Amino acid sequence: MTRLPITKTPKPYVGGAFIRSESGRTFPIRDGAGNFFANIPQCTRKDLRNAVEAAAKAGPGWARRTAYNRGQILYRMAEMLESRSVEMVVAFNPAGEKAGTSAAREVRCAIDRLVYYAGWADKYEQVLGSVNPVASSHFNFTVTEPMGVVGVIAPDESPLLAFISLIAPVIVSGNTVVALASEKSPYPAILFGEMLATSDLPGGVVNILTGFRKELVPTFATHTHLRAISAAAAMGGDERKVLRLGGAESVKRVQFAAANGANAWFDEAAQSVYAIRDFLEFKTTWHPVGA
Amino acid sequence: MFAKSPPAALRRLFDDVGTVDQVGIEERVAKYTTRSIKKTAKVWGLKKAVSMVDLTTLEGKDTPGKVASLCQKALQPHDESLAVPPVAAVCVYPAMVRHAKKHVADTAIKVASVATAFPSGQSPLKTRLAEVRAAVADGADEIDMVINRGAFLAGEFGVMQDEIAAVVEACGDSALKVILEVSELETYDNIRAASFLAMRVIREGDFIKTSTGKTSLNATLGNNQVMLEAIRDFYLDTGVAIGMKPAGGIRTAKQALQFLIAVKETLGDAWLTNERYRFGASSLLNDLVRQLEKERTGAYQAPYYFSEAAESY
Amino acid sequence: MPSLVEKKSSRTPARAGRPAPELIFGDLWEFDPAPETADPKLKARYDLFIDGKFVAPKAGKYFDSINPANEQKLAEIALAGRDDVDAAFAAAQKAFDTTWGRMPGRERAKYLYRIARLLQDRAREFAIAETLDGGKPIKEARDFDVPMAAAHFFYHAGWADKLEYVAPGRRVAPLGVVAQVIPWNFPLLMLAWKIAPALAMGNTVVLKPAETTSVTCLKLAEILQDAGLPPGVVNFVTGAGDVGAAVINHPTPAKVAFTGSTEVGKIIMRALAGTEKKMTMELGGKAANVVFDDAPLDQAVEGIVNGIFFNQGHVCCAGSRLLVHEPVAERVLAKLKNRIRVLRVGDPMDKNTDIGAINSKPQLEKITELVASGTKEGAEIFQPSCRLPSKGYYFRPTIFSGVTMSHRIAREEIFGPVLSILTFRTVEEAIEKANNTPYGLSAGVWTDKGSRILKMSVELKAGVVWANTYNKFDPTSPFGGYKESGFGREGGRQGLLDYAKLI
Repeated sequence: MTRLPITKTPKPYVGGAFIRSESGRTFPIRDGAGNFFANIPQCTRKDLRNAVEAAAKAGPGWARRTAYNRGQILYRMAEMLESRSVEMVVAFNPAGEKAGTSAAREVRCAIDRLVYYAGWADKYEQVLGSVNPVASSHFNFTVTEPMGVVGVIAPDESPLLAFISLIAPVIVSGNTVVALASEKSPYPAILFGEMLATSDLPGGVVNILTGFRKELVPTFATHTHLRAISAAAAMGGDERKVLRLGGAESVKRVQFAAANGANAWFDEAAQSVYAIRDFLEFKTTWHPVGA
Repeated sequence: MFAKSPPAALRRLFDDVGTVDQVGIEERVAKYTTRSIKKTAKVWGLKKAVSMVDLTTLEGKDTPGKVASLCQKALQPHDESLAVPPVAAVCVYPAMVRHAKKHVADTAIKVASVATAFPSGQSPLKTRLAEVRAAVADGADEIDMVINRGAFLAGEFGVMQDEIAAVVEACGDSALKVILEVSELETYDNIRAASFLAMRVIREGDFIKTSTGKTSLNATLGNNQVMLEAIRDFYLDTGVAIGMKPAGGIRTAKQALQFLIAVKETLGDAWLTNERYRFGASSLLNDLVRQLEKERTGAYQAPYYFSEAAESY
Repeated sequence: MPSLVEKKSSRTPARAGRPAPELIFGDLWEFDPAPETADPKLKARYDLFIDGKFVAPKAGKYFDSINPANEQKLAEIALAGRDDVDAAFAAAQKAFDTTWGRMPGRERAKYLYRIARLLQDRAREFAIAETLDGGKPIKEARDFDVPMAAAHFFYHAGWADKLEYVAPGRRVAPLGVVAQVIPWNFPLLMLAWKIAPALAMGNTVVLKPAETTSVTCLKLAEILQDAGLPPGVVNFVTGAGDVGAAVINHPTPAKVAFTGSTEVGKIIMRALAGTEKKMTMELGGKAANVVFDDAPLDQAVEGIVNGIFFNQGHVCCAGSRLLVHEPVAERVLAKLKNRIRVLRVGDPMDKNTDIGAINSKPQLEKITELVASGTKEGAEIFQPSCRLPSKGYYFRPTIFSGVTMSHRIAREEIFGPVLSILTFRTVEEAIEKANNTPYGLSAGVWTDKGSRILKMSVELKAGVVWANTYNKFDPTSPFGGYKESGFGREGGRQGLLDYAKLI
């Protein structure tokens, strides 16, 4: 008699723990052959609220880490992904359309992207900040600070690479994230959450929800504790309008990733210090120079 | 040992009396220079300034004759038609006190004398006290002393205060002006601290004064303001009203008005009197008179219309 | 052994039996009026400035601009209609496509330098016009608004041919036509903040000044003409909120830059929600000015005064909430009272006026209402007994002590000369109170301890932190808010990038 394998119950990663949706609802995903693979929690606005609280709690500690330390932790995330890359490639099976070499390519690129942003941790300040030669007897300098809790909405395409491309530039500066994984292919993000749990990233810095965009986008838009949104959303689509309209109530910073074409997330142009800048506040401090 | 080192003593004093931000106070006083004083207010201010002048000559070459002409100028700074008030005092070296006293006896003009080994103060205390007593005996109504800057900077505040107290005693009924010599104290923090140390051992009606006029940096709106604020805080804490005398460097009527605006806006009306505010100056008087004449006639005045009283100081 | 101990130690207590000493700020030396009398060279009527020319509004309508100091009519201002707004955007688009957008940066720079110089030449005239139109003291218009506006043009001029240094690693390009709407508190300066970086980057502009303060904007149009700026590069349309809405909602601009209230900012954000337009929002504030017990108190008091009474408190970054460390709360309040007793409130054209006229009647009513709420909610009010002119909109400098975080005057932006004083005991409490607001534009901190300054600077959630100073501005220094005080920066390299796209 063949042994029946143990299947894993996929769970969102919130506050450093693996949770079930408070709703108890799920939706099934299937593997490439069309067979049942697993039930994915269909997170609700309350799950989102809880995730924002977890992210807010983790925020100050994460922001206070040294830049060097945050860089090392992002690098550690890359190490985790590299060491479990075979497992991650397999995780693309339930995504259906991706298999084999294209999944492997995406995983490799995602690892490189983490390394790219890890390296920025203790450098972007030197590129983006400034000392300003004001015309009075004051020392004046501009530094950056993280915005706080940022909502990330990942696209369906490139479910791991796009997800990492969106969260890495946000957290590298000390923001914390509540991210909604690809609706169609959530499993790579769920597995990535499991990897995060064994990396050195503090719980609550990245919180990963699964579920339906239609249900959750309006709450991302209006939750006033989310200081910014980074969303992959179609140009001219309703989602953009919903996010901007809801965001207006709390003067939220809303950024849209423009992914054009299947290979967009693989491009060099998909990574940039300006993606980090989009989720930074500039703070300028004045002090007199005197004796 | 360490606890009594000078920086610690100064630090404790700053904690007690508070500190001063250099850029902030210089921004504050810059606002005085943008005040626009016109017409009757200008005439009032100029005459008030004349009445506050300690007309000064402090030269090695001073002679009884020069002091006599100084006193004449003090009594009547310009021809009578201008109705300029007399100055507050003439200020001379101790040896000149008796000569000055002859000329201004029976007038409102006081004779002030710099004593205590002016300007350095570097003589034994008993010599300095003897000098004060001699000047008072010769008729000095006011004594301008210098503080022991060395003691202050070394954190020996007791020494500094004891010496001032001894001079107060030697002054008898004469008023005392305590010269901090701000340029040697270097920072606004030190000027404020030294002001408090001095005020705590002098009497109502005595003065604190910026400078001897014998160093590179003398009265400025900045150090004037620090001392005015110290006087204000001391008054509000204790009820004891101390006077103020900026000295040296104030040469123009415009400057004098700016100093007076500082008084008006910091200490208020009660200090707009020569009992509580003086200018230690010599060439200032002529410019005040010159501007008054301009206000009267509407025409700008050539400097040689006004008699020279002394070398500038 | 020399004595190291001070003879008479700290404060002698005020003697019993004697009344508490007080300072007299009376009329012993009253200043004569010192009115600024130069000619502001105003026209009786100002048209729209479109495509390099002054043009009458198509509907032929005008409205009055009132001098808030005496409620007299200053000039007639054109009321733009939809057609006029269309014409302005068409001119801007054409200028972007045919001249400005294609011009080498070094040539754009020369125009901006010219504008700066021409403004410096006519600084006195502009200062007077600004004061007549807006009510701010001539001293401030002369020493701050106009020179700072010129400085902004001068600073940004130099960037125009150095744009490859704005965004390391990337190239930048102009966005196209930019729509800008500015408030009435610093009419000329806000205009300079807006158009100088936009032009340096190669954009063209349609700008709407505030309804009550359009005069210096239209005077600046004369300078743009004198500078030979190509037609359409800058266009001014005047009118009230509906004109602003037409400008904001116009399909042409690639970006909307707004300075004004958070309330209107949100309306604009909603209006633009369905578009791909870029935005910069510089909105309201309720800044905390935090004074610790080791601060240089007299300079702190000066900073508090400068923080809340500068420009009648019509300043988005005004230090309207004073948080004082308990050990010095009483002393600071006493010093503050003595300081504001010598502030001179009155005719803005008088060179000695420290606090001028409130910009408009509705603003005066709003301030009056909020101050009444402060009294009603139990805060203790202090106002000096200064005389106010009989005509015009004036309000005495006002401080409230005993304010708590739940009072309206501690939460709402008053935009007037009204200070709310709260106290705190610990650093943590100060930080918590300072940040307990949806706003985050600016903050102040006063302390002699260097490491505490840096700690506070890190913890205060605000775009500008003034340490041991307040209300300082410079073209090189980025300005802008956190949270509901808006986003984007103005000034410095950071501000310039907000007018560019990365390519």
